[in-house]
Amino acid sequence: MTIELVIFWVLAIVAVGTSLAMIAGKRPVHCAVIFLGTLGSLAGLFLLLIAQFVAILQVIIYAGAILVLFLFVIMLLHAHSGEGPGEKIRFQRPLALALSLALLVGMSLVFWQSGFGEAPPAPPEGMGTAEAVGNALFERFILPFEVASVLLLAGILGAVVLSKKERG
Amino acid sequence: MTIPISYYLVLSGVLFAIGTLGVLARRNALIVFMSIELMLNAVNLAFVSFARLWADMAGQVMVFFVLVVAAAEVVVGLAIIVNIFRTKETVDLDDIDLLRG
Repeated sequence: MTIELVIFWVLAIVAVGTSLAMIAGKRPVHCAVIFLGTLGSLAGLFLLLIAQFVAILQVIIYAGAILVLFLFVIMLLHAHSGEGPGEKIRFQRPLALALSLALLVGMSLVFWQSGFGEAPPAPPEGMGTAEAVGNALFERFILPFEVASVLLLAGILGAVVLSKKERG
Repeated sequence: MTIPISYYLVLSGVLFAIGTLGVLARRNALIVFMSIELMLNAVNLAFVSFARLWADMAGQVMVFFVLVVAAAEVVVGLAIIVNIFRTKETVDLDDIDLLRG
């Protein structure tokens, strides 16, 4: 066991454990705080995969912005934000478990048979830095980048329109 | 020794399946929403693993776009949830059945 493998297993167990606790949690506040652990361990895995810039983005955008937005909304909704008693759909839990297990088995089979079992080649110099990501973003992906800015603008406008109180 | 990429891919598959389970089994709109975020993160992990495997930066740039879409989605989705809570006083998805025939 090399040190890299130990770090991988620790991060993987933390990610799976916190995400299971997240979907099993009773109160949304607890779920959001536990989800922070999943996001943090994923940032660590990105570092292991030589994607430093993406790891930083993950911490800043997901943990810093998106999760804080979640916490804001949970605090706004305060009480009554739980699940009501009784299930309207029969066998929802067992069916959900069976379907997601089927999905897991299918995906795992594909990934194991895909022949990515060998260690990857050594990464090229400067991979995963902000410079490398920026070069790819502003040369090969300049059009999607501009479209993404339009999408963000649409998101901002949508949020403003949706949360505005209707007059008269 | 470096870790085989299939480890990361299977881990991302496990996280995606957990997210699916959350979406299918939970009825609290906020937790369902967080499960969707978990699924997006699992896909991000797969993208970064493939970027590492083929030493191609396109995979990491794609994560950037997923982050943009996730941010826009969260902003609009949470605004909708707040709006529904204002009118119906609930975030239980089973109680939001206006479209039921």
